[in-house]
Amino acid sequence: MSFWRRFCRNRSAVVGLIILAIVVLIAASAHLLFPEDPFKLVGQSMSPPGENGFLFGSDTLGRDVAAGMAHGARVSLLIGLIATTVAVSLGVLLGAFAGYFGGWVDDVLMRVTEMFQTIPSFIFAILIVAIMKPSINSVIIAIAVVSWPAVARLVRGEFLAMRNREFVQACHIIGMSDWRIMVREILPNCLSPIIVTGSLMVATAILIESGLAFLGLGDPNIISWGFQIGAGRTVLRSAWWVCTFPGIAIMLTVLAINLVGEGLNDAMNPRLRERT
Amino acid sequence: MNTSSKNTDSVVATADSPVLRIENLYVQLPLGSERRYAVEGVSYDLAPKEILCVVGESGSGKSLTARAVMGLLPAPHVQYEKGQIVFQGEDLTKVSEARMRQVRGGEISMIFQEPMTALNPVMRIGEQIDEVIRFHASQPRKLRRQLALQLLEDVQLPDPSRIMSAYPHELSGGQRQRAMIAMALALEPKVLIADEPTTALDVTTQAQILRLIKELQAKHDTGVLFITHDFGVVADIADRVAVMQHGKIVEIGSVDKVLNHPEHPYTQALTDAVPSLIPRMAKEVVSAPILEVRNLVKTYRSGGGWFGLGKPVKEVNACDSVNVVLNDAETLGIVGESGSGKSTLARCIVRLLSTDAGEIIYRGQDLCALDRSSMRPYRSKIQMVFQDPYASLNPRATVGRIITEGPVILGESKSEAQSRAREMLELVGLDARAFERYPHEFSGGQRQRIGLARALALQPEVLVADEPVSALDVSIQAQVLDLLADIRDRLQLSMVFITHDLRVAAQVCDRIAVMRLGQVVEQGPTAQLFDNAQHPYTQELLDAVPGREWSRLRALS
Repeated sequence: MSFWRRFCRNRSAVVGLIILAIVVLIAASAHLLFPEDPFKLVGQSMSPPGENGFLFGSDTLGRDVAAGMAHGARVSLLIGLIATTVAVSLGVLLGAFAGYFGGWVDDVLMRVTEMFQTIPSFIFAILIVAIMKPSINSVIIAIAVVSWPAVARLVRGEFLAMRNREFVQACHIIGMSDWRIMVREILPNCLSPIIVTGSLMVATAILIESGLAFLGLGDPNIISWGFQIGAGRTVLRSAWWVCTFPGIAIMLTVLAINLVGEGLNDAMNPRLRERT
Repeated sequence: MNTSSKNTDSVVATADSPVLRIENLYVQLPLGSERRYAVEGVSYDLAPKEILCVVGESGSGKSLTARAVMGLLPAPHVQYEKGQIVFQGEDLTKVSEARMRQVRGGEISMIFQEPMTALNPVMRIGEQIDEVIRFHASQPRKLRRQLALQLLEDVQLPDPSRIMSAYPHELSGGQRQRAMIAMALALEPKVLIADEPTTALDVTTQAQILRLIKELQAKHDTGVLFITHDFGVVADIADRVAVMQHGKIVEIGSVDKVLNHPEHPYTQALTDAVPSLIPRMAKEVVSAPILEVRNLVKTYRSGGGWFGLGKPVKEVNACDSVNVVLNDAETLGIVGESGSGKSTLARCIVRLLSTDAGEIIYRGQDLCALDRSSMRPYRSKIQMVFQDPYASLNPRATVGRIITEGPVILGESKSEAQSRAREMLELVGLDARAFERYPHEFSGGQRQRIGLARALALQPEVLVADEPVSALDVSIQAQVLDLLADIRDRLQLSMVFITHDLRVAAQVCDRIAVMRLGQVVEQGPTAQLFDNAQHPYTQELLDAVPGREWSRLRALS
């Protein structure tokens, strides 16, 4: 059975994929839908949804919430993807070394990994951004730094299990170099769990980014969902829409990514494939 | 073993009304499988006090028939379709699940191939036996304990009270299987189903377990349905034999008839494929050592922890000053049971494992002294064929890539490597079109051929084969062994052949070294070793080979 058909067997994953596709579409066409700068004051402040030409209302300064959400989608997805890519690359590299070589390499790398894991990740992320000055780069770095240990542990486990498989031993016997064995022989065999974990990490990254922006630690020049919620916090009782719509956007996006990740897991993990 | 008395036995046994009768049983496979039925119109019956062996290769449906009897088919994919399973006049396909639970374990019980996975690892043996008794009969605790102790004594476990409070991992494989048998016999079942109960065990343990099953069966008048793939085991234990192929019974009859005068061509092919214990004609061995292992020591250490603060260090001498010599164009068999260090020796020879002391001399060069880069030119000269055809090929690489990788690494041009890979595929009896395909498209035997092609593509002088046929069905095993012999003779290869099966060793090897607990206890030319074993352990191994008498009789006729 093809991968795509296995994926589609999981209905909720398909729903997730549709939601995600819509979010991506909005993010991609944000500059067409809302050509103006989302920070620009475009009308009367605190307009409820549907009034004064604001689909989702306007905030305390008269900025368009809908425009902010469309542009914010771009930022959220971008940060989620880049941060995850960085975290996965770092995690795969360290995990692969630890798992493949074992011994003291493993000991050292895993103790370092554990050190990172002992610090609560969100607080750690705040700390990093605070030290580095808030900017889009520092946010990405912070998210990557708190996310890689999980990948490293996963990849280490996979490599540990693979390195004593007979086909890997056969590669040693024909004189293949360690690097080549790791990249060409073992890595392709543990891609599925890495992809699944990575997809779920995108969701976590979006949440962390929103949290940081909410606390005012996001890039001040870039609109994001978390920033919008943070800005609307003070008027939550008088202008509910300022917080609510970006909040729903975060929830739906994270949910969609999680569903897609689940679907990928079901489609790629042969042991679960038979589950009915 | 007396075949004539056995025949009269089975006649008497079948005269009784059968305790278990399977009639026209159909078990369905999921849609899209290779065939529609796993079990197709199977009928046989089992008399009380009888041992009926069901033989067949993997996928023949022999295990699923037994599982259908127990009501343990892997639903929802594999389902009972029609037919009857009559146990003491009761059709088990129609009874309620509650009644089935009474039958299971109480009246029909089962022992499995792998005792480690069949036992619960976090429960003491005593509790597990107690559970069986408790679920089926209400007895005071004290009586139950007495019964459990008695059972453990019956299965000849040493120090039953200690075993009672032991966890499964504290016992050896043979002891675990004995404990399983004790559990299975706890309630004096009428029928015992044994699904390959000795396949995972060493030969000497296997012989003991077979003897035990036979003894207990006679003592308790149990009917035994014994599922196996090994004709040697059949010859030793069966009263009657049923041969299965593709879900159907192709032949059924007394052990003498099926084994010695098979009628169906499939049965004939199977019995012919069983390697004989009579050694093949020995080759004139010229003493020209190509590979010499001198005083090889390899010790595994575990525990210790950081700065030695953890558990105490455990040491296992996998190889304890081993000396063996491989002559040019000779096949040297390394025979031993699990844990004897034979695989460690193989892995040391191909330099997968570093050695602790000793020398491995290939054409005058000590390989142990070489580092990685200076070892590289020697890599191609000594190649290995692995045991598990499913684990030894990278599932994500095409066959072509798997075979060409080695030559390309050693500096051959890609096109040259590819043309030779195609040549090699043909040499091992595969279509050159296999080049573009992935390992999962091939059967176990074909994969083993691919593994062999990979090794041969490097044009080695020494081939180390680590149990290359032990994961294969007997007919495939015979084909692969023939292929190995053919290629060895054609390419003038020297071969180190690791095996646990003396029958295979007899057919393949010119000389044999017997290993035990990391030491070579005896070595010599195959025929000499088989006729006149000096070391008691070698004799013990030879005596334990299943179907020994049968093999001898067959060779005579």
